[in-house]
Amino acid sequence: MAVQYLGLKEINGPLIALDNVTGIAYDEVAQIKLSDGTERTGRVVQIDGSRAILQVFEGTKGLSLKNTRTRFSGKPMEMPLSEELLGRVMSGAGRPIDGLGDIYAEKYEDINGKPLNPVSRSYPRNYINTGISSIDCLTTLIRGQKLPIFSGSGLSHNKLAVQIVRQAKIADESGQDFAVVFAAMGVKNDVADFFRRSFEESGVLQKVVMFLNLSNDPIIERILTPRCALTAAEYLAFEKNMHILVILTDITSYAEALREFSSSKGEIPGRKGYPGYLYSDLASLYERAGVVEGAEGSVTQIPILTMPNDDITHPIPDLTGYITEGQIVLDRSLDQNGIYPPVSVLPSLSRLMKDGIGEGYTRADHSDCANQLFAAYAKVQDARSLASVIGEDELSPLDKAYLRFGRLFERHFVNQRFDENRSIEETLDLGWLLLSTLPRSALDRVDDKLLDVKYDPEGAESRFAEEL
Amino acid sequence: MNSVFSINGPVVKVKDTSDFSMMEMVYVGNKRLIGEVISVNSDETTIQVYEVTTGLRPGEPVVGTGAPVSATLGPGIISNIFDGIERPLRDIEAVCGAYIAEGVSVNSIDEDKKWQITMIVKEGDFLESGAIYAVCPETPVVEHRCLVPPGISGEVIYAAPDGEYRVNDVVCRLKAEDGTEHELTLFHKWPIKQPRPFTKRLPIDRPLITGQRVIDTILPIAKGGTAAVPGGFGTGKTMTQHQLAKWCDADIIVYIGCGERGNEMTQVLEEFSGLIDPKTNRPLTDRTVLIANTSNMPVAAREASIYTGITIAEYYRDMGYHIAIMADSTSRWAEALREISGRLEEMPAEEGFPAYLPSRLSEFYERAGYVESLNGSEGSVTIIGAVSPQGSDFSEPVTQNTKRFVRCFWALDKSLAYARHYPAINWNDSYSEYTDDLSEYYYKNVDPDFLVCRQRISSMLIEENKLMEIVKLIGADVLPDDQKLTIETARVIRVGFLQQNAYHKDDTYVPLDKQYKMMKTILKLYDECRSAVDSGVPFSLISETGIFEKVIKMKYDIPNDKPAKFIELETEIEQAVRKAVKQSAEEGR
Repeated sequence: MAVQYLGLKEINGPLIALDNVTGIAYDEVAQIKLSDGTERTGRVVQIDGSRAILQVFEGTKGLSLKNTRTRFSGKPMEMPLSEELLGRVMSGAGRPIDGLGDIYAEKYEDINGKPLNPVSRSYPRNYINTGISSIDCLTTLIRGQKLPIFSGSGLSHNKLAVQIVRQAKIADESGQDFAVVFAAMGVKNDVADFFRRSFEESGVLQKVVMFLNLSNDPIIERILTPRCALTAAEYLAFEKNMHILVILTDITSYAEALREFSSSKGEIPGRKGYPGYLYSDLASLYERAGVVEGAEGSVTQIPILTMPNDDITHPIPDLTGYITEGQIVLDRSLDQNGIYPPVSVLPSLSRLMKDGIGEGYTRADHSDCANQLFAAYAKVQDARSLASVIGEDELSPLDKAYLRFGRLFERHFVNQRFDENRSIEETLDLGWLLLSTLPRSALDRVDDKLLDVKYDPEGAESRFAEEL
Repeated sequence: MNSVFSINGPVVKVKDTSDFSMMEMVYVGNKRLIGEVISVNSDETTIQVYEVTTGLRPGEPVVGTGAPVSATLGPGIISNIFDGIERPLRDIEAVCGAYIAEGVSVNSIDEDKKWQITMIVKEGDFLESGAIYAVCPETPVVEHRCLVPPGISGEVIYAAPDGEYRVNDVVCRLKAEDGTEHELTLFHKWPIKQPRPFTKRLPIDRPLITGQRVIDTILPIAKGGTAAVPGGFGTGKTMTQHQLAKWCDADIIVYIGCGERGNEMTQVLEEFSGLIDPKTNRPLTDRTVLIANTSNMPVAAREASIYTGITIAEYYRDMGYHIAIMADSTSRWAEALREISGRLEEMPAEEGFPAYLPSRLSEFYERAGYVESLNGSEGSVTIIGAVSPQGSDFSEPVTQNTKRFVRCFWALDKSLAYARHYPAINWNDSYSEYTDDLSEYYYKNVDPDFLVCRQRISSMLIEENKLMEIVKLIGADVLPDDQKLTIETARVIRVGFLQQNAYHKDDTYVPLDKQYKMMKTILKLYDECRSAVDSGVPFSLISETGIFEKVIKMKYDIPNDKPAKFIELETEIEQAVRKAVKQSAEEGR
C-alpha cells in the first residue's frame, strides 16, 4: 500500500495521532519519514473511526505536525528470523547494530507471539545443573522453567547470571544445541559490556544473540526488546531444536517504560501508577518459556529484576512472583558479609523442582536433604532473633547448635567462588555434612532409615573442625 | 450491516446501532472473533472481545447472535479441557497447532461421538423443567443425566428407543400445555452469567472431606459451602487446590485455571491422569473438568472462564452430583474486570478496581449451595477460590471483599511456607464458620468426642501463641515445666498433625478416623506428661525419652489402614512417661 499520510494531528510524549486514515489494522506497524530523510517506526495502539493513535519507537523528538510522511505496512511488528541470528548484536527493536549487515531471513514472525495451548505443553522435568549449590540443591532450575532473580541495585545478579550461563553450558551433555538469548532493557552501557565480555571469555559468544536497549535508548523500543528476544528464542528452540536460555535484564526498567507509556496514553493507573494490565503484560513475556510437545528444544527464562528499595512487595517483583515458577532472591546483608552468591534461601523457591529431582534426575535423597536444610535454616532465623534479644550465651544448647549450623551453611554451602562448579553429588553430600552438625533428633523431616546412612557427625567434625 | 468503529485492546465499539442487546454474544471482524456486548447507548455499543484484536480494522463487520454468551451442556464435558469460553483446547490444537490462533471455530462438545443412551421416559409421561429423560455413561464414574432445560415442560409425544446417539440427535419430543412442541437432544445451552434455577436451598450440614488434617479437623468446609484461600506467591495456593481437587469427596471437580501458569495446567493434566481415585479405582481425570485461561491468553476470556466453570458445575449439580470448584485465582478475574473497566474509562474505586467488584464477587460465591434441584434430587456446588493478594497484603480490595462473601477463610502464611510447613494455612488467622453446622455430622459419624478433642487442640495452639511472645523475649528455658510441656505439645501438633506431606503415600490423604486417633494420641501424650509434671517430674526427663519425636512421626509410621497401631503407640507413651517418673524418683533419692 503506497498511500502516505502527510503531517500529524497531535503529538503527545511517544504518541502521535493521525486523522482521516482508512483501512489500517489494530497493532499495525507504520514507517514515519521525517523531512530530513530519517525514518522512524510506529505502531497503531488505538483506532477511533478514522483517527489512529500510534506509538513511535524511537521517540517523537524532532517531529512536528507538518514534517512527516506516514506509511502503513499492513502487518503487525515482525522480526526476521534465521539461524544466522546466533552471534549477532541487535537493537532493542530487533535490527542488527553490529555493522555486519541485515539478517537474511528465513521467515518473519509477529513479535507478540501467540498464546501456547496448555495441552501442547509438556511439563518441564529435566533439570539444569548450574553448579551452584544454593540453586541446584534448594531452588533447582528446570529446563523450560521461568525462574527470575530478585535482586537489588548493587547486588551481584549479573555475575550470578553469567556464572549460570557458563556452567549450565558445560553441564549440557550435547553442548551443541545450547544457545543464549540475551535481552538488555534499560541497562547501563557497561553492564551490557560486562555480559558481552563474559560471554566472549567463556567462549559462548558465537552462541549468543544479544538485544540491546540501553538506558538512554527510547522507552518504546524497550517494550519491544523482550518480545523480539523471545520471538528469536522460540524460533531457535522449537524450529531449530535448541535449548535456549533467555536472560532478560532488567524487568524493572521494562515495567517503568510500560508505566511511562501508559501514562502518556492517559490510562487509569493501578497500584503505584503502573497500568492495570501490568500482570497480563508481564505474563505475555514470562509465559513464553516452556517445552512444546514434540519439539526437542526448550525455552528457559531467567529474568533479572532489581527490587526498588529491596522491597519484595513492590508491584514488579510481586506480580512477577505470581507468574513465574519460583524465584531466586538475593539478600543485601549476605552480600555485605561477603557471601557470593548472596542467595537468600528461605524466600527462594523453585516450583518445578519437585518433579525434576530425585531418582533418575538428580539423586534419590535430594528432596529430603533440601527439605531438611530449609527447615533447619528457618530455625536458624528464630535462634538469631532470640539471640539478638537475650544474647548468644543465654541460648539453649539446641539454639546454639542452630546458630553454628547457620554460620557454616552460609559460609560453606551458599558461598562459593565465581569459577567454582560443584556437581550435584558434591552439593548434596555437603548438605548432609552440614546437617550432621545438628543433633540427630532435630532432623525431623527425614526418616530414620535415611538418617542411618547420611547422618555423620564425625565427618562433620573433621570437615569443619576449626570452626566448630 | 454493523461495523467496527474503534479498537482499543480487547474493547471494540460500534457506532449508531440499536441492534444489540446487553450481554449478547457477537462475532467481530472477518475472523469472527467472539465477543460480548458490555454496554449499549444510543451512540455506541461497546463490545469486549475474547480474543486478540491484532489485525482488526475499522469497518469490518460485527454480527450479533441474538443470544447471550452461553455454555453448551451435554455429555463430553467431563475429563475435557476447555478455554474460557468452553472451546476444547485439544480440538483447537488439532486445528491450529501448538499456538492458539484467533477466530478458531470448534464445537464445545464432540458432535460425532456416539453415546449409549438409555431412555427413562416413555410416551405419555409428563416432564417438568429439569426432569431427567435419558442417561448415558459419560465416563466410567460419571453417569450423564440429560435434563429438560429449565423453562420447558410438557408431555412426551416421542421417545426414541435406547441406543447410540450423537449429541445433536433428537431423542425426545415434548408437547407443552400451550401446544408448542419442543425437541430434546442430548444437550442444551445455558447463559453463563445466569444462575441455573433449583427448587430450594437445603441446610448445609455435611462436610466436604478433603483428607487434609488442618482443613477437616481445624477449619472444616461444608458441601455447598464457600472458602477462600488467600496467600502471596510461593505460599502454596495452587498446591492446596491441587490437593483438594485430588482427594476431596466430591463427585466431580471443576478446576478453573484463571490467569495462572500454563505449566500448571499441563501438570494437572498429566498428574491427574496418572492418579487413581481410591473411591472409584479410576484415574482422577474421569471426574475432572479443566477450564484453562492461562495468564497469556486474552484477558476478557478470563472473566468468562469463571462463569463457564460455575455454569458447568450447576448443570451437574442439577443431575444430583456434588461438585467442588477450584477457582485459581479469583484475583486474576478481578484484575480482568479492572483492565476492561479501565479501557471503558469507568470511574475507579479502590486501587483502580471498579466499584462493582464486590457485587460481582458476591454473585459468584452465591452460586454455591446445597440444593434440591428441579427434579427433586439433591446436589451441591462448593466453591474454593484462591486469592492472590498484591504484596501479600490481606487488606487489599479483592481479599477484603471476598472475605465478606465466604464462610471459610484459609489464610496462607509466608513464614510457614518459608519453613516448608505445608499446607501453610495459618491456624491463627484462618477461620471456618461451618464448625457449628457440621458438629452433628462429626458427632454421629466420627466420634462424639471429636469436637471436644478439636477444641482442646485449638486451645493448645492459642496458648502456645501467647507463650511464644514470652519465649521470643526471654527464651524457653526460664518457663515453668507445665508451660514447657504446652510448648512442646503444640510443636507436636504443628509438625506432627497440621503439617502434612503431599508426597508421602499415606500422609497425602488421611481419613477422618485416623485424624481423630492422631488427635487422641497427642492429647493422651499431653495428659500423661501433665500428670507427671504436676507430680514434680522435671520436663527434661520426659523429653529425653524421645517420645515426642516418636509421636510426631506417627503420621508416617502408622499406615492409614492399620489403626490398631495407635494402641501400641499409646502404650509406648505410658511406658516412656513411667520411665521418666521412675528416673526422677531415683535421682530424687
